[in-house]
Amino acid sequence: MSHDIAVPVKAKFFTKGTKVVFGIMVAGMLAYAYRLLFGIGAATNLDDQWPWGIWIAIDVASGVALAAGGFTTAALADVFHKDKFHVITRPALITAMLGYTFVVIGLLADLGRYYNVWHPMLPSMWQGNSVLFEVGMCVMVYLTVLYVEFMPILVERFRGKVNLPGMLAKLNSLSERLLTLIDKTFVRFVSLFIIAGCVLSCLHQSSLGTLMVIAPTKMHPLWYTPISPLLFLLSAIAVGFPMVIFESVLASRSFKLKPETNVLSSLAAYTPFLLGTYFAFKIGDITIREVWPFALEGSVQSLMWWIEILLGVLAPVILLAMPKVRASITGLFTAACLVVGGVALNRINVFLVAYKPLYSTNTYFPAITEIMVTVGLICALVLVYRFIVINFPVIAAHPIEQPAMTVGPNLSPVAAKRNK
Amino acid sequence: MTLQRRDFFKIAAAGSAVLVAGKATASTESTSADFSDNFGVLVDTVACIGCRKCEWACNDQNHLPTQELKAFEDKSVFARHRRPDKSAYTVVNQYPDPDEPDKKFAIKVQCMHCNAPACASACIVGALEKQKEGPVTYDAWKCIGCRYCMVACPFQIPAYEYDNALDPVVRKCTFCYERITSEGKKPACVAICPNEALTFAKRGELIQLARERILAQPDKYEHHIYGEHEIGGTGWMYLAGAPFTTTELPTLTSEPIPPRTEKIQHAVFKGFVPPVALYGLLALGMYTFNERKKKVAREEDRHES
Ligand code: SF4
Ligand code: SF4
Repeated sequence: MSHDIAVPVKAKFFTKGTKVVFGIMVAGMLAYAYRLLFGIGAATNLDDQWPWGIWIAIDVASGVALAAGGFTTAALADVFHKDKFHVITRPALITAMLGYTFVVIGLLADLGRYYNVWHPMLPSMWQGNSVLFEVGMCVMVYLTVLYVEFMPILVERFRGKVNLPGMLAKLNSLSERLLTLIDKTFVRFVSLFIIAGCVLSCLHQSSLGTLMVIAPTKMHPLWYTPISPLLFLLSAIAVGFPMVIFESVLASRSFKLKPETNVLSSLAAYTPFLLGTYFAFKIGDITIREVWPFALEGSVQSLMWWIEILLGVLAPVILLAMPKVRASITGLFTAACLVVGGVALNRINVFLVAYKPLYSTNTYFPAITEIMVTVGLICALVLVYRFIVINFPVIAAHPIEQPAMTVGPNLSPVAAKRNK
Repeated sequence: MTLQRRDFFKIAAAGSAVLVAGKATASTESTSADFSDNFGVLVDTVACIGCRKCEWACNDQNHLPTQELKAFEDKSVFARHRRPDKSAYTVVNQYPDPDEPDKKFAIKVQCMHCNAPACASACIVGALEKQKEGPVTYDAWKCIGCRYCMVACPFQIPAYEYDNALDPVVRKCTFCYERITSEGKKPACVAICPNEALTFAKRGELIQLARERILAQPDKYEHHIYGEHEIGGTGWMYLAGAPFTTTELPTLTSEPIPPRTEKIQHAVFKGFVPPVALYGLLALGMYTFNERKKKVAREEDRHES
């Protein structure tokens, strides 16, 4: 089998580690149920002064940013035809698809009237002035696009293999025909969807940054900027590849696969440029708005800003600019963690740390149930991801036991022909 | 029936992509709209005696948890700074007068019914709406409970029923919308006010009246009508005997808030052009790179054979 063909990973679903993750997920589900039964007031530390907490800052805002790997990788491999990266488009797609799914599940917990979540779709309630409306619509459409992009994987897995047992056998030919139909429609035009995914991503990734622009008097000047949408977009684009690296390294550890070092380090070579651009805009913004004094005021906000910019942006730019770091899995992983953490911290800073209520009598810190839901959702995502890569052709890598050293990181002749 | 003219979104299919775009031109972007015909209230804190009768009338009118009118004579509540919340759309607070420390002045707070309400601009489903008569109303049926309105309001007014697990609603002053429009009455708080601290009229007339009061007693009044220009003007306006910085009313510029986000929003979606252009650009890129790849492959084939 050639190097770039994805196959279901051979591994047991349950290991010691997955059992722990499973346990945490169940705890999170209980906390989620508590929220549904007893309300937001009981499950969170939110109040009239602090309307948004970690469910928005982490589950939604950071979640969307960290799922950006889906569209950046698709753009690289499918739009710009850098074929080398095809091996990572599927894992990146699955990450995005699951990421957005869990963003929505997290958001539902935070909505007081979650059963009205479909309201923005009704033309009679369209509110073209609302940033949130645009974010909501884009996320919804993009989520659909992601599932469409998943179709080829589904078809590949089941076409010609549908073999339902007993009574259900009658449905075999029907399912086959359905799969053929999907193959003929969606799969054929999947590139159109991929481009749509890129456009939709650019739109809502930036709009997430516009959200807090509506609260000029409550936001700390370090983060209150009219170019916030641009910064959000740039950082989303910059975090895409590091997130793929982060997740790919973890997956190969967990499944004992040979890491795609060569592909990953080529991918990381883009990061100093992308993240560097973000860094330049961030520094330029602070300078032009003349808010440097606020960075030196010694407040919690200024401290968080420095951590965000030094550890989360500058450090990985420098690290990944060094070929030596890019060549080692440890180096790649460390730098990727910094970028991922840095962008997540930026979202937390914008939505929570920078926010100052007018008449604050208390500060917000998440309740235990809030943390449980957030952590539980992350665990659930990891488990579903594991389930999918075990059962669907997503990852193309060789087990460590039988290293296929003859096949270089570039396409094997067979695969190259296939791709023409 | 909104004051803001919104050209609503159209959904267009561009290629296979469904892109949502708006070419809204909200009046909040142009400050030319004249709000002088809107209903408003002038709160004269110099005339206010802090009797809290307005609190009672409001609770009564809006069926909020309440007590007998007599219970509202209790002045001990002034020890604490209170804010409107889910069970009180308006509260009266008391502050020491900076000139004569043993004298106090009281101030009633509630939704300001802004000319360019940030809450309504933020609301994802248009549950909060600026009515043409002036009030900013709330429609619980539309609301999804995202609480973005609470993030947006510069006066930190909307409150939430956090303890309600099933159908929580946003709570804020309604300006007695039905009462003042279909019933032609004054708002309940204004009707009960014993001392003309609250005056209900058209916004333009109120600004006139406020100017007259300041001119008549220039030593007594601060020469500033709070809400005349703040964030593009508010329906409820204030007069005070001391600088407004000593009250809980926030210091705000005259720049309305909604254009800050709406301008970005509408620029990105200008008649769909930017998203469609991006789509086209990416499609073109995809095609070009694909052609180039094919050419390279063909050449390689030729070399091989
Ligand atoms: S005061 Fe707040 S809630 Fe009232 S209209 Fe203005 S923005 Fe909306
Ligand atoms: S909580 Fe309700 S009223 Fe407030 S912005 Fe969200 S949908 Fe609109």
